[in-house]
Amino acid sequence: MNVALYVTCLVDQIQPSVGKAAVELLRHAGCAVTFDRAQTCCGQPACNSGYPSKAIALAKNVITSFERSGADALVLPSGSCAAQIRHYAGLFADEPRWRERALALSMRTHELSWYLVHRCGLRSAPGSFTGSVAWHDSCHGLRDLGLADEGRTLLRLVDGLCLVEIDAATDCCGFGGTFAVKHPELSVAIADRKLESIARAGVDVVTGGDVSCLMHLQTRLAAIGSKVRAVHFAELMTGAKRKTTPP
Amino acid sequence: MSGEHLPMEGFPEHAKAALADPIQRQALRAATDLFRERRGSALQRAPAFETWRDEARAIKDDSLLRLDELLLEFERNATAKGVVVHWAEDGSQASQILIALCKERGIDRAAKSKSMTTEEISLNAALAAAGIAAIETDLGEWIIQLAGETPFHIVVPAIHKTRAQIGEILNAKTGVDRGATAKELTEAARVALREEFQKAGVGVSGANFAIAETGSILILENEGNARMCTTLPDLHVAFVGIEKVIPRLADLPVFLRLLPRSGTGQDLTTYQSILTGRKRDDESDGPRELHVVLLDNGRSKMLREEILRQSLACIRCGACLNACPVYQQVGGHAYGSVSPGPIGAVITPQLQDLHKARELPFASSLCGACRDVCPVKIDIPTLLLRLRKDLKEGGPGRAPAARSRLEAAVFAAWAFAMRGPFRYAAATFVARCLDRWLSPVLRRLPPLSRWTRGRTAPRLASRSFRSMWKEGL
Repeated sequence: MNVALYVTCLVDQIQPSVGKAAVELLRHAGCAVTFDRAQTCCGQPACNSGYPSKAIALAKNVITSFERSGADALVLPSGSCAAQIRHYAGLFADEPRWRERALALSMRTHELSWYLVHRCGLRSAPGSFTGSVAWHDSCHGLRDLGLADEGRTLLRLVDGLCLVEIDAATDCCGFGGTFAVKHPELSVAIADRKLESIARAGVDVVTGGDVSCLMHLQTRLAAIGSKVRAVHFAELMTGAKRKTTPP
Repeated sequence: MSGEHLPMEGFPEHAKAALADPIQRQALRAATDLFRERRGSALQRAPAFETWRDEARAIKDDSLLRLDELLLEFERNATAKGVVVHWAEDGSQASQILIALCKERGIDRAAKSKSMTTEEISLNAALAAAGIAAIETDLGEWIIQLAGETPFHIVVPAIHKTRAQIGEILNAKTGVDRGATAKELTEAARVALREEFQKAGVGVSGANFAIAETGSILILENEGNARMCTTLPDLHVAFVGIEKVIPRLADLPVFLRLLPRSGTGQDLTTYQSILTGRKRDDESDGPRELHVVLLDNGRSKMLREEILRQSLACIRCGACLNACPVYQQVGGHAYGSVSPGPIGAVITPQLQDLHKARELPFASSLCGACRDVCPVKIDIPTLLLRLRKDLKEGGPGRAPAARSRLEAAVFAAWAFAMRGPFRYAAATFVARCLDRWLSPVLRRLPPLSRWTRGRTAPRLASRSFRSMWKEGL
């Protein structure tokens, strides 16, 4: 299978190791991976802030980039950006031809864990990890893309990893894009509720499929001096990041 | 005395203030947790829940599309049963209808059952100005009224009060012991409210549904006070939003199953009263006069647009408030609107002034928990995004309601920089230099200065993914 990897701007600029791990996982699953340097941001910040018109050019860029790649699927290590791309058609109410191209892309856009489980049938993990891990169900993956157990299924493939279920697994982490800076105290209060549940579980790591949520949780964990780390599942599966330093 | 809402445009500050109130946060958390848990177990007992949701939404969609016809049918059938139907375009017209009825009959005391519609039109204040005392008889509403506040939640108005606080409030009113148990406090309220039902010249209520086919209204409640309000006084006046009408009596059961399970986690609401017509001559009880005030107050305007129209399908169960991470933290008052929480953030900007309510559509992390629990599947996150767009970019023939030049310029610059790989490379190069050399300065400026309230600053990686890829992965 030919996969076009869309790393997302956050991974590209802040956590490139997640992109590297995603490439390793996809190759481990037997995929040929391409990466188009023309990709930038999916446009989600503009859509969520009330400026969808500013996302149109970016959406067109993603669409043409994928069409050029000739790949079978566009795969993202992020549920949130995948959901944004899935909704591109809504941006083209007045441009029927772009709308059709957006719909065609939407059917081929997949979040990494879903793709690895349902399209690749991944049976093993290339790396190992020693420690206990809690899964955070990111909102857009869970409620928009309908991801359920894919992430957990993958973590069970990792040698040495002990998966612990937390009671607040499906609660929002409080990030919400610009919400995190528009309402900083509120955003942190929501994160703390999640972190309480993580602390109760006594795990070493909280993981998930979205770098945005994990960055939010990690910077809060660092601010309160917690030893728990927030790490993307792709890194846990490739064993590339046993020791992380807080950003 | 009736409470006043905080100004809606102050949501960010009010939310922050609410976070600094540990007692309120604790009470709020305990209550929302309890309702979520109860809803969860009620759903376990209802395997057909998902089917009901689709069925209910279909009924609402159908009703909204032919609301004009259904409302006239309701009027015809209600009138035939001796009900006087009034039409009110706005809140002040609606309040005036009741005031005129009271004046004609020399009534100066009203007993009210819980109604968000009367909250919406500030009926109590209008009555007070006309010299008519309105007493709330729902226990939660009464507590709120005695405390001089506004409801904190659309279903459980005093959700934020602890037993000790309620003890204080009821002690001042009834003399009951401050430290009384919940049961004793309820008993004291019951005794005091009994008197009010007898003294009141008019019973005022809302309605959860209006049924076109029979001209009936339906009231759901758990305390029996609505039955007292609607049967003891000779005059009963019900305020009903025009979106509450459904076609047939047979359409009702699915809502009776969905609403209590979603809101309070009950399999059934304790009292479900279908009121059809005034007391007939051969009947022993009931009001001699029944008036229904059909209220528009901005609703017909909401009907026009296909996407926004679904907001009118709301059955006011309150499930989205309980599920919302923002509401769970800050509660109802911070929103400054009659309806708080996710659905309030959607309805208020449409019913009232979009500009005034400009902060509410942004009072959400867009997590979608509200959409998941909504019994009529209202796509609240999509509606919030749509309202955000109306605020910032406007729509066809509509100017943006809350344009911010600086913010628009930032997004324009960002979109410029993200357009194509060369600009992106240049922009991220500049960002990396700034991050490396000017990080301490950047942290003192927004947005980083706001991010670092409670969080460490995220740093850019020394090498981007694309440069790693270029060198070979």
